[in-house]
Amino acid sequence: MRRSANFVAATLFMLCSAMVSATQAPAVPAPMPSAKTASTTDHRKLEALQGPFKTGPEVTKACLSCHNMAAHQVMKSIHWTWEAISPTTGKKLGKQHAANNFCGSITSNETRCTSCHSGYGWKDKNFDFSEQSNVDCLACHDTTGTYKKFGTDAGHPLYADREFEPMEGPPGKKLFKAPDLTGIAQQVGKPGRKNCGSCHFSGGGGDAVKHGDLDSSLVKPKKELDVHMAEDGANMACADCHTFNAHQPSGSRYAATSKDKHGFDLPKDDHNRATCESCHGFSPHQEAKINNHTGKVACQTCHIPEFARGGIATKMLWDWSTAGKMGPDGKPLFIKDEHGHLTYSAAKGDFKLGENVRPEYKWYNGVVHQVTITDKIDDSKVLELNRVEGSAKDPNARIWPFKVMHGKQPYDTENKTLVVNHVFGEDDTAFWKHYDYAKSIKAGMEYAGFPYSGKFGFIETRMNWFITHMVAPKDKAVPCQECHTRAEDGRLAAITDIYLPGRDRNRLVDLFGGLAIIGAIGAGGLHGLMRIITRRRKENAK
Amino acid sequence: MSERIYIYKRYERFWHWSQALLIIVMMITGFEVHDSFTLLGFQKAVQLHTLAAWTLLTLWAFTIFWQFTTGEWRQYLPSLKNVLAMVHYYTIGIFTNSPHPFRKTVVQKHNPLQRLAYLALLAFISPLIWISGLLYLFYGDWGRLGLDAWLSLEWVAVAHTLGAYMITAFFFIHVYLTTTGHTLTAHIKAMITGWEEVDEHQKT
Repeated sequence: MRRSANFVAATLFMLCSAMVSATQAPAVPAPMPSAKTASTTDHRKLEALQGPFKTGPEVTKACLSCHNMAAHQVMKSIHWTWEAISPTTGKKLGKQHAANNFCGSITSNETRCTSCHSGYGWKDKNFDFSEQSNVDCLACHDTTGTYKKFGTDAGHPLYADREFEPMEGPPGKKLFKAPDLTGIAQQVGKPGRKNCGSCHFSGGGGDAVKHGDLDSSLVKPKKELDVHMAEDGANMACADCHTFNAHQPSGSRYAATSKDKHGFDLPKDDHNRATCESCHGFSPHQEAKINNHTGKVACQTCHIPEFARGGIATKMLWDWSTAGKMGPDGKPLFIKDEHGHLTYSAAKGDFKLGENVRPEYKWYNGVVHQVTITDKIDDSKVLELNRVEGSAKDPNARIWPFKVMHGKQPYDTENKTLVVNHVFGEDDTAFWKHYDYAKSIKAGMEYAGFPYSGKFGFIETRMNWFITHMVAPKDKAVPCQECHTRAEDGRLAAITDIYLPGRDRNRLVDLFGGLAIIGAIGAGGLHGLMRIITRRRKENAK
Repeated sequence: MSERIYIYKRYERFWHWSQALLIIVMMITGFEVHDSFTLLGFQKAVQLHTLAAWTLLTLWAFTIFWQFTTGEWRQYLPSLKNVLAMVHYYTIGIFTNSPHPFRKTVVQKHNPLQRLAYLALLAFISPLIWISGLLYLFYGDWGRLGLDAWLSLEWVAVAHTLGAYMITAFFFIHVYLTTTGHTLTAHIKAMITGWEEVDEHQKT
């Protein structure tokens, strides 16, 4: 009897522990091969690259003398066209057409904006998109870290040292050095984090401004900041996930993959690894209960607890309506906070910035309704420039994290469209020279060839920015109770069309259940009390 | 004068106390998952709750086997005989020092009211908890099992919560009733040692 009970008890616990420790496939994919793979060509020894090169296009011609397909490939890419047809809505988008609530429009401001174009010389509408030597190879393939397209030269780097006073910088001219094009051309290689970052970290006109999850802290991130890109982590480059096929990047913001149904991407597949599932598969967690979340919750929602975590603040609000104020000295007013961040710029208006910001969460099914500059808009409410579609019932939708950018920007109050604001240029209408909206908007709309009533106002806008970089180490993922909580500031408080355990309950069941428990304890207590009293009475009677 | 009888066998005591422990763990972790309080954190609470549930299911598998091989399952057969006497005892007799109307024996260790209560537990509360709990646990497989058209997480979760309140209420009454033996701790001692003292004079 004794033995059998011992045996049963032991078997029982062995069985239970076996059940719990049964695990699935490993959660972390095999390490990537080193980013520095040995090349079979030493570019320094190539005759075509001996130079000396005086301009960017000269370098490009030299590159193309061997890589004779490269320019044709680049010319098909969004990095060159700045134009894309949304695969889900069929709408013509891209930087040339989509509206945003940051700098506004490229049109009429080309010389400044195209400092991030993968080409040289897009200074106005007459740019020749078919000229191969206009392609900029070095922006992406420089490995020295010294190549830099100058901010106001339509995509060209400096060809001679220049003294220049940045608009919002400290007063006074600063010397900018021209890069050594010949040396750079001889050391080309695969794009690293810094190459992509030179534009994508500075979207919206400065470091960290636009995305919130992309800024220069990712050039050499700590593991805490980005487990994939950290040198002591996977040390991955952007293109390890955003794989390129014939110079076409994978991953797009106009139709980000809401739910990868393909899973692991093998060499036989489409060479598109821009989703977490491409490397981590569908069941990356050891615990089944956590894997159960992946159908409805994007990986990023738990694994990126906050954005702008690298110590560089991102813009959260941009109010154009207050731009144009002059200081007591009659000069354009620029105000900085204690961290040196601009909070007011005469050129751009009021800003609010944020670091370590908790994202907002929304259902997203792969469809983004992106507003373009010529779309009719409803000015009776806040305008959402890129509404993301989705709901709990939608099988393609998952809960995604977003940086929601708040904006207030000019629009045509009669025609009900957004406007092209001509901000940059040496002419007599540019806003950043003369601070006169009436002139700058008129000039921008005329240049673009869009109808304009001549009357403008300011409309409040919102823009959703997918948060998908700055993936934290797994032990820093969002703890369950930050969503599964009754607290009003729970992360998913805005997602109301699901039953969320820990947050939701049936009030009647809670009421009656609570009463039942109180009743049980009360009845026991009362019964016991009566037993004590009646026993005492009896003892006293004796 | 009193007589000692060996009423709870070794396995039965092991079953009872490990079940008690598991149910207490599940009550605490379950109500934490319900966000009634914060103790371990949601994830640990879910993990422990699930572990305890699987352990209890395993324990039950062995216990059912034990019940049928030993014939002890008959202890749970209900009988309406003497139920009123039990009700009378708990509402009046216990206060007037009347003798307990039921005398435990090895073949009849549950009083008629106890039999009814355990049967209700087995027939209603436990299926409610286990069915809703297993559905809850396997929520991720509803699609594969073809259940997602028939079930909503909300109803499953609410049913499970309802069962939780009922078993918790049962738990408190059960613990209180252990004090109603001929001494306060007589029943608990019996469940620990297996031996219960039974009054000799009630034998006839």
